[in-house]
Amino acid sequence: MKRWITGLLIAGTLTAGPALAQDQQPVRLGIDVPYEPFVVRNAEGNLEGFEIDLGNELCARANLDCTWVEQGWDGIIPGLLARKYDAILSSMAITPERERQVRFSLPYYNTPSVWITARDRDIDITDKAALQGLTVGVQRGTIRDVYVTQEYGDILNIRRYGSSQDVVNDLQAGRLDLTFEDFPIAVDAIDFREADSPYKQLGDSIKTPTSIFGEGAAIAFRQRDEALAERFDRAICEVYADGTFDDLMQQYFDYDLSTPPSDADCAPFR
Amino acid sequence: MEQLNAWFTDLLAGNAIFTANTLGFYWDGLVTTVQLVFLCLVLGIVLAVPLAIGRGSKRPWIKWPIYLYTYVFRGTPLLIQLYLVYYGVVFFDGIQDSIFWVVFKQAFYPALIAFTLNTAAYTTEIFHGAIKNTAKGEIEAARAYGMSKPLMMRRIILPSAFRRALPAYGNEVIFMLHASAVASVVTIMDLTGAASYVYARFYAPFAAFSFVAVIYLCLTFSIMFCFRKLEKRLLAHLRPRGA
Repeated sequence: MKRWITGLLIAGTLTAGPALAQDQQPVRLGIDVPYEPFVVRNAEGNLEGFEIDLGNELCARANLDCTWVEQGWDGIIPGLLARKYDAILSSMAITPERERQVRFSLPYYNTPSVWITARDRDIDITDKAALQGLTVGVQRGTIRDVYVTQEYGDILNIRRYGSSQDVVNDLQAGRLDLTFEDFPIAVDAIDFREADSPYKQLGDSIKTPTSIFGEGAAIAFRQRDEALAERFDRAICEVYADGTFDDLMQQYFDYDLSTPPSDADCAPFR
Repeated sequence: MEQLNAWFTDLLAGNAIFTANTLGFYWDGLVTTVQLVFLCLVLGIVLAVPLAIGRGSKRPWIKWPIYLYTYVFRGTPLLIQLYLVYYGVVFFDGIQDSIFWVVFKQAFYPALIAFTLNTAAYTTEIFHGAIKNTAKGEIEAARAYGMSKPLMMRRIILPSAFRRALPAYGNEVIFMLHASAVASVVTIMDLTGAASYVYARFYAPFAAFSFVAVIYLCLTFSIMFCFRKLEKRLLAHLRPRGA
Protein backbone atom coordinates (compact mmCIF):
# COMPACT_ATOMS: atom_id res chain seq x y z
CA MET A 1 0.00 0.00 0.00
CA LYS A 2 2.67 2.43 1.11
CA ARG A 3 4.82 1.61 -1.84
CA TRP A 4 1.89 2.13 -4.16
CA ILE A 5 1.27 5.67 -2.81
CA THR A 6 4.96 6.53 -3.12
CA GLY A 7 4.94 5.28 -6.68
CA LEU A 8 1.94 7.43 -7.47
CA LEU A 9 3.60 10.49 -5.93
CA ILE A 10 6.76 9.94 -7.94
CA ALA A 11 4.77 9.53 -11.11
CA GLY A 12 2.86 12.71 -10.24
CA THR A 13 5.96 14.82 -9.80
CA LEU A 14 7.52 13.43 -12.94
CA THR A 15 4.57 14.44 -15.07
CA ALA A 16 3.96 17.72 -13.24
CA GLY A 17 7.54 18.93 -13.79
CA PRO A 18 7.44 19.54 -17.53
CA ALA A 19 3.86 20.81 -17.29
CA LEU A 20 4.86 23.55 -14.81
CA ALA A 21 7.63 24.79 -17.05
CA GLN A 22 5.05 25.70 -19.64
CA ASP A 23 2.94 27.51 -17.03
CA GLN A 24 4.12 30.71 -15.46
CA GLN A 25 7.09 30.23 -13.17
CA PRO A 26 6.30 31.48 -9.63
CA VAL A 27 8.60 34.24 -8.43
CA ARG A 28 8.48 36.01 -5.08
CA LEU A 29 9.56 39.66 -5.00
CA GLY A 30 10.81 41.19 -1.72
CA ILE A 31 9.90 44.80 -1.00
CA ASP A 32 10.21 47.21 1.92
CA VAL A 33 6.86 48.92 2.59
CA PRO A 34 6.08 51.83 2.64
CA TYR A 35 8.17 54.13 0.48
CA GLU A 36 5.89 56.66 -1.12
CA PRO A 37 5.12 56.92 -3.98
CA PHE A 38 7.03 53.78 -4.90
CA VAL A 39 5.01 51.47 -2.67
CA VAL A 40 2.29 51.94 -0.05
CA ARG A 41 -0.43 49.76 1.44
CA ASN A 42 -3.81 51.20 0.52
CA ALA A 43 -6.99 51.29 2.59
CA GLU A 44 -8.05 47.84 1.35
CA GLY A 45 -4.73 46.41 2.52
CA ASN A 46 -3.28 45.91 -0.97
CA LEU A 47 0.12 47.10 -2.11
CA GLU A 48 0.17 49.82 -4.70
CA GLY A 49 2.61 52.34 -6.10
CA PHE A 50 5.08 52.91 -8.89
CA GLU A 51 7.28 49.92 -8.11
CA ILE A 52 4.29 47.57 -7.69
CA ASP A 53 2.93 48.60 -11.11
CA LEU A 54 6.36 48.42 -12.70
CA GLY A 55 7.17 45.07 -11.08
CA ASN A 56 3.84 43.53 -12.20
CA GLU A 57 4.41 44.84 -15.72
CA LEU A 58 7.92 43.36 -15.85
CA CYS A 59 6.63 40.00 -14.56
CA ALA A 60 3.86 39.91 -17.17
CA ARG A 61 6.40 40.51 -19.92
CA ALA A 62 8.82 37.93 -18.55
CA ASN A 63 5.92 35.45 -18.27
CA LEU A 64 6.38 35.02 -14.52
CA ASP A 65 3.77 34.56 -11.80
CA CYS A 66 4.92 37.14 -9.28
CA THR A 67 3.85 37.56 -5.67
CA TRP A 68 5.05 40.31 -3.32
CA VAL A 69 6.71 39.61 0.02
CA GLU A 70 7.10 42.38 2.59
CA GLN A 71 10.51 42.64 4.23
CA GLY A 72 12.13 45.33 6.39
CA TRP A 73 15.10 47.08 4.79
CA ASP A 74 17.71 45.90 7.30
CA GLY A 75 17.19 42.25 6.52
CA ILE A 76 16.32 42.55 2.86
CA ILE A 77 19.55 41.10 1.40
CA PRO A 78 19.87 38.31 4.02
CA GLY A 79 16.21 37.44 3.26
CA LEU A 80 17.05 37.07 -0.43
CA LEU A 81 20.05 34.85 0.30
CA ALA A 82 17.93 32.78 2.72
CA ARG A 83 15.40 32.15 -0.09
CA LYS A 84 12.49 33.95 1.59
CA TYR A 85 11.95 35.48 -1.86
CA ASP A 86 13.68 35.28 -5.24
CA ALA A 87 14.37 38.92 -6.02
CA ILE A 88 14.39 42.35 -4.36
CA LEU A 89 12.47 45.06 -6.18
CA SER A 90 12.64 47.81 -3.59
CA SER A 91 14.48 50.93 -4.85
CA MET A 92 17.81 49.31 -4.12
CA ALA A 93 20.67 51.39 -5.51
CA ILE A 94 23.53 49.53 -7.17
CA THR A 95 26.69 49.77 -5.06
CA PRO A 96 29.96 47.85 -5.24
CA GLU A 97 29.42 46.53 -1.68
CA ARG A 98 26.02 45.07 -2.59
CA GLU A 99 27.31 43.74 -5.88
CA ARG A 100 29.56 41.41 -3.93
CA GLN A 101 26.47 39.73 -2.48
CA VAL A 102 23.79 39.96 -5.14
CA ARG A 103 23.40 40.01 -8.92
CA PHE A 104 21.77 43.25 -10.08
CA SER A 105 19.50 43.66 -13.08
CA LEU A 106 19.83 46.67 -15.37
CA PRO A 107 18.93 49.81 -13.39
CA TYR A 108 15.27 50.80 -13.82
CA TYR A 109 15.27 54.29 -12.34
CA ASN A 110 17.62 56.92 -10.97
CA THR A 111 16.58 60.10 -9.17
CA PRO A 112 18.35 63.22 -10.40
CA SER A 113 20.04 65.93 -8.33
CA VAL A 114 19.30 69.59 -8.85
CA TRP A 115 20.88 73.02 -8.33
CA ILE A 116 18.59 75.44 -6.50
CA THR A 117 18.96 79.15 -5.83
CA ALA A 118 16.81 82.13 -4.87
CA ARG A 119 14.39 83.15 -7.66
CA ASP A 120 15.80 86.67 -7.92
CA ARG A 121 19.39 85.46 -8.33
CA ASP A 122 20.88 85.37 -11.80
CA ILE A 123 23.45 82.58 -11.78
CA ASP A 124 24.72 80.52 -14.70
CA ILE A 125 25.82 77.19 -13.24
CA THR A 126 27.75 76.23 -16.37
CA ASP A 127 29.88 79.39 -16.25
CA LYS A 128 32.42 78.28 -13.68
CA ALA A 129 34.34 81.55 -13.69
CA ALA A 130 31.26 83.51 -12.59
CA LEU A 131 30.64 81.13 -9.68
CA GLN A 132 33.89 82.08 -7.94
CA GLY A 133 33.34 82.81 -4.26
CA LEU A 134 29.67 81.79 -4.06
CA THR A 135 28.62 79.59 -1.15
CA VAL A 136 26.93 76.23 -1.71
CA GLY A 137 25.36 74.02 0.98
CA VAL A 138 25.26 70.22 0.73
CA GLN A 139 24.51 67.33 3.04
CA ARG A 140 27.79 65.90 4.31
CA GLY A 141 29.02 62.67 2.78
CA THR A 142 26.25 62.31 0.18
CA ILE A 143 26.89 61.76 -3.52
CA ARG A 144 25.98 65.45 -3.97
CA ASP A 145 28.80 66.36 -1.59
CA VAL A 146 31.22 64.21 -3.60
CA TYR A 147 30.07 65.75 -6.91
CA VAL A 148 30.31 69.36 -5.72
CA THR A 149 33.68 68.74 -4.05
CA GLN A 150 35.07 67.11 -7.17
CA GLU A 151 33.65 69.48 -9.80
CA TYR A 152 33.47 72.79 -7.94
CA GLY A 153 35.86 72.26 -5.01
CA ASP A 154 38.24 75.12 -5.85
CA ILE A 155 35.55 77.50 -7.14
CA LEU A 156 32.65 77.36 -4.71
CA ASN A 157 32.80 77.82 -1.00
CA ILE A 158 31.33 74.50 0.24
CA ARG A 159 29.45 74.25 3.52
CA ARG A 160 28.56 70.76 4.70
CA TYR A 161 25.56 70.05 6.91
CA GLY A 162 24.45 67.06 8.96
CA SER A 163 20.95 66.94 7.46
CA SER A 164 19.29 68.27 4.35
CA GLN A 165 16.84 70.13 6.62
CA ASP A 166 19.75 72.23 7.89
CA VAL A 167 20.77 73.01 4.30
CA VAL A 168 17.27 74.25 3.52
CA ASN A 169 17.21 76.31 6.74
CA ASP A 170 20.38 78.14 5.76
CA LEU A 171 19.23 78.61 2.18
CA GLN A 172 16.10 80.26 3.54
CA ALA A 173 18.13 82.25 6.06
CA GLY A 174 20.19 83.65 3.19
CA ARG A 175 23.53 82.18 4.25
CA LEU A 176 23.78 80.13 1.07
CA ASP A 177 23.80 81.25 -2.55
CA LEU A 178 23.16 77.76 -3.85
CA THR A 179 22.29 74.27 -2.82
CA PHE A 180 22.72 71.01 -4.67
CA GLU A 181 20.00 68.62 -3.58
CA ASP A 182 18.38 65.30 -4.35
CA PHE A 183 15.38 66.09 -6.56
CA PRO A 184 12.62 64.35 -4.51
CA ILE A 185 14.02 65.76 -1.25
CA ALA A 186 14.11 69.24 -2.75
CA VAL A 187 10.53 68.89 -3.97
CA ASP A 188 9.44 67.96 -0.44
CA ALA A 189 11.42 70.70 1.29
CA ILE A 190 10.87 73.71 -1.01
CA ASP A 191 8.31 74.26 -3.76
CA PHE A 192 10.98 75.38 -6.18
CA ARG A 193 8.89 74.52 -9.21
CA GLU A 194 5.96 76.81 -8.36
CA ALA A 195 5.97 80.16 -10.14
CA ASP A 196 5.47 82.07 -6.88
CA SER A 197 8.15 80.11 -4.98
CA PRO A 198 11.12 82.16 -3.74
CA TYR A 199 13.43 79.49 -5.22
CA LYS A 200 14.13 78.11 -8.65
CA GLN A 201 16.03 75.34 -10.37
CA LEU A 202 19.31 76.23 -12.06
CA GLY A 203 20.21 74.47 -15.28
CA ASP A 204 19.34 70.84 -15.95
CA SER A 205 18.81 68.02 -13.48
CA ILE A 206 21.99 66.01 -13.05
CA LYS A 207 22.46 62.22 -13.08
CA THR A 208 25.95 61.81 -14.49
CA PRO A 209 28.73 60.83 -14.11
CA THR A 210 27.52 57.43 -12.91
CA SER A 211 30.87 56.97 -11.15
CA ILE A 212 29.52 59.48 -8.60
CA PHE A 213 25.75 59.32 -8.87
CA GLY A 214 25.59 55.58 -9.28
CA GLU A 215 23.71 53.73 -11.96
CA GLY A 216 20.43 53.85 -10.09
CA ALA A 217 18.02 51.41 -8.50
CA ALA A 218 17.92 47.85 -9.79
CA ILE A 219 16.37 44.47 -9.02
CA ALA A 220 18.62 42.24 -6.95
CA PHE A 221 18.90 38.47 -7.43
CA ARG A 222 20.95 35.70 -5.92
CA GLN A 223 24.25 35.46 -7.80
CA ARG A 224 23.45 32.07 -9.32
CA ASP A 225 19.97 33.03 -10.63
CA GLU A 226 21.48 34.35 -13.83
CA ALA A 227 18.62 33.12 -16.04
CA LEU A 228 15.95 34.83 -13.95
CA ALA A 229 17.93 38.08 -13.92
CA GLU A 230 18.21 38.00 -17.71
CA ARG A 231 14.45 37.63 -18.09
CA PHE A 232 14.00 40.81 -16.05
CA ASP A 233 16.76 42.59 -18.00
CA ARG A 234 14.92 41.78 -21.20
CA ALA A 235 11.64 43.08 -19.71
CA ILE A 236 13.32 46.31 -18.57
CA CYS A 237 14.66 46.86 -22.08
CA GLU A 238 11.16 46.30 -23.46
CA VAL A 239 9.33 48.70 -21.13
CA TYR A 240 11.84 51.42 -22.00
CA ALA A 241 11.77 50.68 -25.73
CA ASP A 242 7.99 50.85 -26.17
CA GLY A 243 7.33 53.79 -23.83
CA THR A 244 5.52 51.80 -21.12
CA PHE A 245 8.02 53.00 -18.54
CA ASP A 246 7.43 56.66 -19.38
CA ASP A 247 3.65 56.20 -19.16
CA LEU A 248 3.96 54.55 -15.75
CA MET A 249 6.40 57.18 -14.55
CA GLN A 250 4.07 59.99 -15.54
CA GLN A 251 1.28 58.48 -13.47
CA TYR A 252 3.36 58.87 -10.31
CA PHE A 253 5.99 61.55 -10.89
CA ASP A 254 6.13 64.95 -12.50
CA TYR A 255 9.88 64.79 -13.05
CA ASP A 256 12.16 62.47 -14.99
CA LEU A 257 13.70 59.56 -13.12
CA SER A 258 14.12 57.31 -16.13
CA THR A 259 17.46 55.72 -16.82
CA PRO A 260 17.12 54.14 -20.27
CA PRO A 261 19.46 51.16 -20.74
CA SER A 262 22.06 51.57 -23.44
CA ASP A 263 21.77 49.81 -26.79
CA ALA A 264 24.72 47.66 -25.83
CA ASP A 265 22.95 46.53 -22.64
CA CYS A 266 19.84 45.52 -24.58
CA ALA A 267 21.61 44.03 -27.61
CA PRO A 268 21.48 40.41 -26.31
CA PHE A 269 17.67 40.57 -26.14
CA ARG A 270 16.93 41.66 -29.70
CA MET B 1 60.18 46.44 16.72
CA GLU B 2 61.07 45.71 13.13
CA GLN B 3 57.82 43.82 12.75
CA LEU B 4 55.89 46.73 14.17
CA ASN B 5 57.62 49.06 11.77
CA ALA B 6 56.77 46.90 8.78
CA TRP B 7 53.19 46.57 9.97
CA PHE B 8 52.87 50.34 10.27
CA THR B 9 54.32 50.96 6.82
CA ASP B 10 51.88 48.42 5.41
CA LEU B 11 49.02 50.11 7.19
CA LEU B 12 49.84 53.50 5.69
CA ALA B 13 50.57 52.17 2.22
CA GLY B 14 47.43 50.07 2.05
CA ASN B 15 44.99 52.67 3.30
CA ALA B 16 42.79 54.87 1.18
CA ILE B 17 41.72 57.13 4.03
CA PHE B 18 44.77 58.95 5.36
CA THR B 19 45.99 60.55 2.16
CA ALA B 20 47.58 63.98 1.84
CA ASN B 21 44.13 65.28 1.02
CA THR B 22 42.37 64.08 4.17
CA LEU B 23 45.36 64.92 6.36
CA GLY B 24 44.99 68.43 4.95
CA PHE B 25 41.39 68.43 6.14
CA TYR B 26 42.54 67.39 9.61
CA TRP B 27 45.21 70.08 9.66
CA ASP B 28 42.73 72.81 8.68
CA GLY B 29 40.42 71.42 11.35
CA LEU B 30 43.16 71.63 13.96
CA VAL B 31 43.88 75.26 13.06
CA THR B 32 40.18 76.14 13.22
CA THR B 33 39.67 74.40 16.56
CA VAL B 34 42.68 76.10 18.13
CA GLN B 35 41.63 79.50 16.77
CA LEU B 36 38.07 79.12 17.95
CA VAL B 37 38.95 77.88 21.43
CA PHE B 38 41.76 80.39 21.96
CA LEU B 39 39.66 83.36 20.88
CA CYS B 40 36.65 82.38 22.95
CA LEU B 41 38.81 81.83 26.04
CA VAL B 42 40.51 85.23 25.70
CA LEU B 43 37.21 87.01 25.15
CA GLY B 44 35.68 84.93 27.94
CA ILE B 45 38.29 86.08 30.46
CA VAL B 46 37.93 89.71 29.42
CA LEU B 47 34.19 89.43 30.09
CA ALA B 48 34.48 87.26 33.19
CA VAL B 49 36.75 89.46 35.34
CA PRO B 50 34.38 92.45 35.59
CA LEU B 51 31.40 90.10 35.79
CA ALA B 52 32.99 88.17 38.66
CA ILE B 53 33.62 91.42 40.56
CA GLY B 54 30.04 92.51 39.87
CA ARG B 55 28.72 89.11 40.91
CA GLY B 56 30.08 89.76 44.42
CA SER B 57 28.65 93.27 44.54
CA LYS B 58 26.23 94.21 47.29
CA ARG B 59 23.98 96.12 44.87
CA PRO B 60 21.14 93.84 43.78
CA TRP B 61 20.74 95.45 40.32
CA ILE B 62 24.35 94.49 39.51
CA LYS B 63 24.47 91.17 41.35
CA TRP B 64 21.22 89.51 40.22
CA PRO B 65 21.38 90.08 36.44
CA ILE B 66 24.89 88.58 36.41
CA TYR B 67 23.67 85.65 38.50
CA LEU B 68 20.79 85.14 36.07
CA TYR B 69 23.23 85.20 33.13
CA THR B 70 25.60 82.60 34.60
CA TYR B 71 22.64 80.51 35.75
CA VAL B 72 21.10 80.38 32.27
CA PHE B 73 24.36 79.71 30.42
CA ARG B 74 25.56 77.08 32.86
CA GLY B 75 22.13 75.51 33.03
CA THR B 76 21.64 74.85 29.31
CA PRO B 77 23.65 72.70 26.91
CA LEU B 78 26.19 74.47 24.73
CA LEU B 79 24.71 72.77 21.67
CA ILE B 80 21.35 74.45 22.33
CA GLN B 81 23.06 77.82 22.80
CA LEU B 82 24.89 77.36 19.53
CA TYR B 83 21.67 76.44 17.69
CA LEU B 84 19.93 79.49 19.15
CA VAL B 85 22.68 81.87 18.13
CA TYR B 86 23.18 80.35 14.69
CA TYR B 87 19.68 79.34 13.55
CA GLY B 88 17.76 81.55 16.00
CA VAL B 89 19.03 84.93 14.83
CA VAL B 90 17.62 84.50 11.34
CA PHE B 91 14.13 84.77 12.83
CA PHE B 92 14.72 88.44 13.62
CA ASP B 93 13.04 90.24 10.74
CA GLY B 94 15.37 92.10 8.47
CA ILE B 95 18.60 90.84 10.04
CA GLN B 96 19.78 89.93 6.55
CA ASP B 97 19.72 93.62 5.60
CA SER B 98 21.31 94.93 8.81
CA ILE B 99 25.01 95.41 9.50
CA PHE B 100 24.93 92.43 11.88
CA TRP B 101 24.49 90.07 8.92
CA VAL B 102 28.19 90.41 8.08
CA VAL B 103 28.82 88.65 11.39
CA PHE B 104 25.93 86.19 11.36
CA LYS B 105 26.22 85.12 7.74
CA GLN B 106 29.38 83.19 8.58
CA ALA B 107 29.37 80.12 10.78
CA PHE B 108 32.52 81.09 12.70
CA TYR B 109 31.28 84.22 14.47
CA PRO B 110 27.96 82.86 15.75
CA ALA B 111 29.90 79.89 17.14
CA LEU B 112 32.49 82.24 18.68
CA ILE B 113 29.70 84.28 20.30
CA ALA B 114 27.98 81.20 21.74
CA PHE B 115 31.25 79.71 23.01
CA THR B 116 32.39 83.02 24.52
CA LEU B 117 29.12 83.56 26.38
CA ASN B 118 29.27 79.99 27.65
CA THR B 119 32.85 80.00 28.87
CA ALA B 120 32.44 83.52 30.31
CA ALA B 121 29.57 82.24 32.47
CA TYR B 122 31.66 79.39 33.89
CA THR B 123 34.76 81.55 34.30
CA THR B 124 32.71 84.20 36.10
CA GLU B 125 31.63 81.63 38.67
CA ILE B 126 35.17 80.27 39.06
CA PHE B 127 36.63 83.75 39.62
CA HIS B 128 33.73 84.76 41.85
CA GLY B 129 34.37 81.76 44.08
CA ALA B 130 38.07 82.55 44.22
CA ILE B 131 37.43 86.22 45.08
CA LYS B 132 34.99 85.22 47.81
CA ASN B 133 37.59 82.93 49.33
CA THR B 134 40.18 85.65 49.77
CA ALA B 135 41.58 85.36 53.29
CA LYS B 136 39.98 87.85 55.66
CA GLY B 137 43.40 88.79 57.02
CA GLU B 138 44.65 90.00 53.65
CA ILE B 139 41.64 92.31 53.26
CA GLU B 140 41.96 93.64 56.81
CA ALA B 141 45.65 94.27 56.27
CA ALA B 142 44.91 96.14 53.03
CA ARG B 143 42.32 98.25 54.84
CA ALA B 144 44.78 98.95 57.63
CA TYR B 145 47.15 100.32 55.00
CA GLY B 146 44.37 102.68 53.93
CA MET B 147 43.89 101.24 50.47
CA SER B 148 40.82 102.33 48.53
CA LYS B 149 38.49 99.57 47.33
CA PRO B 150 39.66 99.64 43.65
CA LEU B 151 43.29 99.65 44.71
CA MET B 152 42.67 96.76 47.10
CA MET B 153 40.92 94.84 44.32
CA ARG B 154 43.80 95.44 41.92
CA ARG B 155 46.72 94.82 44.26
CA ILE B 156 45.45 92.28 46.76
CA ILE B 157 42.26 90.47 45.90
CA LEU B 158 42.55 89.82 42.15
CA PRO B 159 46.17 88.56 42.07
CA SER B 160 45.59 86.07 44.87
CA ALA B 161 42.17 85.10 43.46
CA PHE B 162 43.73 84.33 40.04
CA ARG B 163 46.21 82.01 41.68
CA ARG B 164 43.51 80.19 43.58
CA ALA B 165 41.34 79.96 40.44
CA LEU B 166 44.13 78.54 38.31
CA PRO B 167 43.51 74.77 38.74
CA ALA B 168 39.76 75.15 38.24
CA TYR B 169 40.30 77.43 35.27
CA GLY B 170 42.66 74.90 33.69
CA ASN B 171 39.82 72.41 33.78
CA GLU B 172 37.50 74.93 32.15
CA VAL B 173 40.00 75.41 29.30
CA ILE B 174 40.08 71.66 28.69
CA PHE B 175 36.29 71.41 28.90
CA MET B 176 36.01 74.21 26.39
CA LEU B 177 38.35 72.41 23.99
CA HIS B 178 36.17 69.31 24.22
CA ALA B 179 32.93 71.29 23.99
CA SER B 180 34.17 72.98 20.82
CA ALA B 181 33.47 69.69 19.03
CA VAL B 182 29.85 70.79 18.63
CA ALA B 183 30.97 73.57 16.26
CA SER B 184 30.81 71.14 13.36
CA VAL B 185 27.00 71.04 13.49
CA VAL B 186 26.91 74.57 12.08
CA THR B 187 29.22 73.61 9.19
CA ILE B 188 32.48 74.75 10.81
CA MET B 189 35.28 72.46 9.62
CA ASP B 190 36.94 72.05 13.00
CA LEU B 191 38.67 68.81 14.06
CA THR B 192 35.37 67.02 14.59
CA GLY B 193 34.01 68.46 11.35
CA ALA B 194 37.02 67.07 9.49
CA ALA B 195 36.53 63.68 11.15
CA SER B 196 32.82 63.62 10.26
CA TYR B 197 33.71 64.46 6.69
CA VAL B 198 36.26 61.67 6.43
CA TYR B 199 33.80 59.30 8.12
CA ALA B 200 30.99 60.18 5.73
CA ARG B 201 33.27 60.08 2.71
CA PHE B 202 34.90 56.72 3.39
CA TYR B 203 32.34 55.04 5.72
CA ALA B 204 35.20 54.49 8.15
CA PRO B 205 34.01 55.78 11.54
CA PHE B 206 36.63 53.98 13.59
CA ALA B 207 39.67 55.24 11.70
CA ALA B 208 38.29 58.76 11.25
CA PHE B 209 37.29 59.31 14.87
CA SER B 210 40.13 57.48 16.62
CA PHE B 211 42.62 59.60 14.69
CA VAL B 212 40.87 62.80 15.75
CA ALA B 213 40.62 61.52 19.34
CA VAL B 214 44.42 61.20 19.42
CA ILE B 215 44.77 64.82 18.23
CA TYR B 216 42.38 65.99 20.95
CA LEU B 217 44.37 63.99 23.49
CA CYS B 218 47.60 65.70 22.41
CA LEU B 219 45.96 69.12 22.69
CA THR B 220 44.55 68.29 26.12
CA PHE B 221 47.92 67.12 27.40
CA SER B 222 49.68 70.23 26.08
CA ILE B 223 47.15 72.42 27.89
CA MET B 224 47.53 70.37 31.08
CA PHE B 225 51.30 70.63 30.83
CA CYS B 226 51.15 74.44 30.53
CA PHE B 227 48.83 74.76 33.51
CA ARG B 228 51.00 72.44 35.63
CA LYS B 229 54.00 74.68 34.86
CA LEU B 230 52.01 77.80 35.67
CA GLU B 231 50.69 76.32 38.90
CA LYS B 232 54.18 75.28 39.92
CA ARG B 233 55.36 78.85 39.51
CA LEU B 234 52.40 80.80 40.80
CA LEU B 235 51.36 78.47 43.61
CA ALA B 236 54.91 77.78 44.77
CA HIS B 237 54.11 79.20 48.20
CA LEU B 238 51.50 76.48 48.79
CA ARG B 239 53.82 73.59 48.18
CA PRO B 240 55.31 71.77 51.14
CA ARG B 241 58.96 72.57 51.77
CA GLY B 242 61.63 70.61 49.99
CA ALA B 243 59.20 69.09 47.51
